[in-house]
Order: sequence, then C-alpha cells, then structure tokens
Amino acid sequence: MMLSIRDLRVSFARERGPAAEVLHGIDLDLPKGRTLGIVGESGSGKSVLSLAVMGLLPRSATASGQVLLDGQDVLAMSERQLCGIRGRRIGMIFQEPMTALNPAMRVGDQIAEGLRITQGMPRADARAEALRLLEMVRIPRASERIDSFPHQMSGGQRQRVGIAIALALKPDLLIADEPTTALDVTVQAEVLDILDDLVTELGISLMLISHDLGVIARIADRTLVMYRGDRMEEGETEAVLRRPAHDYTRKLIAAMPRRVRASLEAPHG
Amino acid sequence: MAEILRVENLSRDFQLGQGHVRALDDVSLSLEQGRILGVVGESGSGKSTLAKLVMALDRPTAGRVVIDGQDLFALPPRALRQARRHFQMVFQDPYGSLDPRHAVGRIVAEPLHLDPAAPKGAARRDLVAGLLEDVGLAAADADRFPHEFSGGQRQRIAIARALITKPRLLVADEATSALDLTVQKQILELILRLRDEHGISVLFITHNIGVVDEICDEVAVMQDGRLVETGPARQVLDHPRQDYTRRLLAAEPMLNVIGRRNRAPV
Ligand SMILES: Nc1ncnc2c1ncn2[C@@H]1O[C@H](COP(=O)(O)OP(=O)(O)OP(=O)(O)O)[C@@H](O)[C@H]1O
Ligand SMILES: Nc1ncnc2c1ncn2[C@@H]1O[C@H](COP(=O)(O)OP(=O)(O)OP(=O)(O)O)[C@@H](O)[C@H]1O
Ligand SMILES: [Mg+2]
Ligand SMILES: [Mg+2]
Repeated sequence: MMLSIRDLRVSFARERGPAAEVLHGIDLDLPKGRTLGIVGESGSGKSVLSLAVMGLLPRSATASGQVLLDGQDVLAMSERQLCGIRGRRIGMIFQEPMTALNPAMRVGDQIAEGLRITQGMPRADARAEALRLLEMVRIPRASERIDSFPHQMSGGQRQRVGIAIALALKPDLLIADEPTTALDVTVQAEVLDILDDLVTELGISLMLISHDLGVIARIADRTLVMYRGDRMEEGETEAVLRRPAHDYTRKLIAAMPRRVRASLEAPHG
Repeated sequence: MAEILRVENLSRDFQLGQGHVRALDDVSLSLEQGRILGVVGESGSGKSTLAKLVMALDRPTAGRVVIDGQDLFALPPRALRQARRHFQMVFQDPYGSLDPRHAVGRIVAEPLHLDPAAPKGAARRDLVAGLLEDVGLAAADADRFPHEFSGGQRQRIAIARALITKPRLLVADEATSALDLTVQKQILELILRLRDEHGISVLFITHNIGVVDEICDEVAVMQDGRLVETGPARQVLDHPRQDYTRRLLAAEPMLNVIGRRNRAPV
C-alpha cells in the first residue's frame, strides 16, 4: 500500500481553553497507481490531513495514529528523515500557491532548485527541465516567464508554477490540495490529463482534494467525503456520486450548479 | 437604471522579458446598479488586472474607469479615499490579503475606518459578529488569527470584510473558489440578498461557469487581454457566438462520465 492512514487524530492548542480536535480518527488506503478524491465542507480537515501526510503540521498541532508511507510511519519520523522523503517521495501542490513559492525568487529558479538539490542535476539541465515543465503546464511565453517573480504572474499562472514544482521531482505519492481552483476550465482539463498520465504511466498515487465534483468525477477512482473532521463515506467515485449514502453527500450534490447537476442526471449523454 | 461602473478603452501593459505583455487590451464595459456581471475567461487573460484597475489599486496604460460618474484616475487623493468605502474588493489570494498580525475581528472591521458614521465599540463588535455568522463562521472567530483557519474560512473572512460597509460596488475576484458547494451557495445567497436589499452591484470574476449561470445577470468573456464576448448570462452560456466561448463551455467538467478508467484514451 502506498499510503495507509490509521485512526489519525489532529488537535490544535488554543490560547484559551482545551485543545481543539479537528480530525477525529481518519482511516484510508491508497494503493500504488490509484487516485483518491477528497471532498468535504470548508473547514472539515482536508488540508490538515494533507499536511499530516507531508509531516508539515504546524507546531501548535498534535497528531496521533499512523500515517504509513510504504509501511513507514511519517508521524514517527525525525525532521531529517522527513526532509529525505518530502518532494522526492511525497510531493504536494498547496491550496494557496504562495505557501510553496518564494516571493523573492524567480519562478524558474524555484522549479530548478529541487532538481539541483535532490537529483544533483547540473544548473543548465535543471533550467532546461524547468522550462519544459512550465511549457507542460501551459504557461504562455514560458521562455520569458521563467525569469518572472511570482507577483508578476496571474493567480492561475502561479498555481501552475506550484504544480510544476511538485511534478519536477516525480514523487511516488502526489497530494494535490485544490490544485486547479485558479485555472480556467480548458487549462484545468489539460492539467487533469497530465495528472492522469502520471498515474497511468509512472504509477504514481494521487490524492486530490477538490470541492468541484466535476474534477472529482474526472480524476478520482475512489472518493472520500469528509465533514467536520469525520469520514462520512468512502467508495468508488461513481457509487458515491450516483448513490450517496450520507446526508452531507446528498446536500453537496443538491448544491451543485444547475448545469452540472443536469449532467449527472443524464449519464453518457 | 443608473450606471455605477463604466470602463472605457482600458489597457494595461507590463514588462516581460525584452518586450512587454498587454495584460488588458482596449476593454470597455459597463455595469448598472443592482446588477451582477460575471467575468470569465482564460487564466492570464487580464481579469485580476481589470479588477485592480477598477479598484484604483493600479494605473492603466490607457483608458478610463468611471465610477458613479467620477473619473477614478482624475480624482484627487482625498476624494479617492472618500469614494473608496463605496467599493470593496475580495482578492484572489485571500491569505496574502489578510494581515497575519491582526485578529479576524479587526481585519473584518477595517473598511469601517473610512466611514466617519460607522458604529463604534459594542455596536461595531456586534456588526462584525453578525457578518461572520452570515458567512458561516462563528462570532468567537473574531478573536482568532488568519493562520488558524482553513483556506475557505480565510476566503470567507475576506468576503465579510468586503461586505461590512455594504459597498455600492463589490469586486469579487475568485471570491468563492475555495468553498465547497454548500457554503458557496450560502455566500451566493448572501450576495443576492445584499443586492436585493441594498442594491449593491457586483463584478464577479470566476472560473466557475455554473456559478455564473446561477447568479450573474450578464457575462463578459475574456481571452488574452481582450473582451471577446459579452451579453446576458443565459444567452451567452446557452448560445455562445465566439469560438473561444464555445471551447470554454465545452471544457466545463461534467458528471455524465465518471472515473478515469471510463474515459476514452486520447
Ligand atoms: N493552524 C491552525 N490552528 C488552529 N486551527 C486550525 C489551524 N489550521 C486549521 N485549523 C482548523 O482546523 C479545521 C480544518 O482545517 P483545514 O484547513 O484542514 O480545512 P479544509 O477541509 O482544508 O477546508 P477548506 O476547504 O476551507 O480549505 C478548521 O476548522 C480550521 O479552522
Ligand atoms: N505585475 C505584473 N508584472 C508583469 N506581468 C504581470 C503583472 N501582473 C500581471 N501580469 C501579467 O498580465 C497578464 C494578466 O494577468 P491577470 O492576473 O490579470 O490574469 P487573470 O485573468 O486574473 O488570470 P487568472 O485567472 O490566472 O488569475 C498575465 O499574463 C500576467 O502574467
Ligand atoms: Mg483546505
Ligand atoms: Mg486572476
């Protein structure tokens, strides 16, 4: 199993009062070469779950349970061991692109940095690879934008730089937290195709968080529905969307915009 | 109907490499009071650039922005500050727009400083608490700091801040992009209610075509700095005239095919 999570609980220390638990015992399994979609209410713990897998929880957080990456417990790893797996074994596309971007560094250098440090790639090769990645994520005029700073790019261009950084190291497990929120639907479709190819061709495992059920339907083999730190249901995506077992899932589907809801009711139309 | 916003032949160039990029290319549009105008289009097509110009946070290379009959870039600084409280913006990047050192209550109340008649003390705290609840957060969240919230919760803090003065014009740049469908629905209903009760006008920038279909009266489609198509939302979405609009609509993710494996290989 690429990723197994057992009874994961996370709580945050509060200045006043007792710590607040925000994940109440999550279990999930993600095999190699498969994709898991996660949907859930805003604030239900999706990003905290991803950060726990990356070993990136803030210091005010306490986690218990197990997060097994190929059998090794991430929660028990030292910071040094974590540095060894981050980027290379587990890559992450962050919900807010600026979390991953250094505002004072040119975007091409940021993509190349990981390649030089973890793969020892020579400077010129790393730059060429950075350019290839920028073109792959459809950044127009990539050979010029490679030297742009993040603030000189549009929101969706920044998000694509974040995607390029995560893909550069070809991680075995990719966590994508709302990776296409700033992309128009045509670029979004291309990015989802790229992710699908990586899963099919390289056998990476993908955990993708999205509140867009169309995105989930496109990419997720199985889907986990979360609500207030609990797992509501998990199953084949088709079953979850067509025969939701839980009230919250039904509410989500009912809240879909008219156009998308109509397409669910007209299968293969 | 009174026109609240008019954009005339607006262009904005930025430096790129040895040359430049025309982020906004001769865009003209107008918005009437109480109407919601959706702006959709390519990533990098100039939507946020347009939003920042309308908010006078940037200056155009050419063209004018007229709000309430006043040419924004001809106003003296004092008058511009006065006008400011009547238009508010929700930025595309919520985290970057929330000062991490301030508690949420202070962040949300900030635009009230522009309004000498704004409530003070306990009345102000009540106003903030009520708005936090309107966006699905708790009154007690006023004492917490931005980093303690989820992405979608931060986005709602930014929305609460933009709505606290009941602005005449709201510029919402991907303001609901981090919200799940149920919370998004609640926020859209809040905006519609403010429109019906207070006549606010909205420039609603989004990648979500379904949302445009639900709440926008008109829609403007942008590509590569230009406005390629504009008209009543239903008409543009149901009968697009331009190629780019058709391509955009065709790429909207739908649910008639579910799962990677069911997809025909390309
Ligand atoms: N650093 C923190 N300190 C305290 N509480 C936090 C912190 N980070 C997150 N939380 C809380 O934990 C809960 C889960 O947050 P998380 O970011 O995982 O939500 P999410 O499911 O990703 O939501 P969204 O869809 O809005 O991004 C939220 O209630 C949030 O307020
Ligand atoms: N400060 C800047 N310096 C240089 N170029 C810029 C700057 N700001 C924006 N641009 C460029 O202008 C173009 C339009 O950017 P803008 O942010 O308006 O796009 P957008 O339509 O909001 O895109 P998105 O949907 O991705 O947020 C982009 O090509 C961007 O790279
Ligand atoms: Mg999140
Ligand atoms: Mg933008």
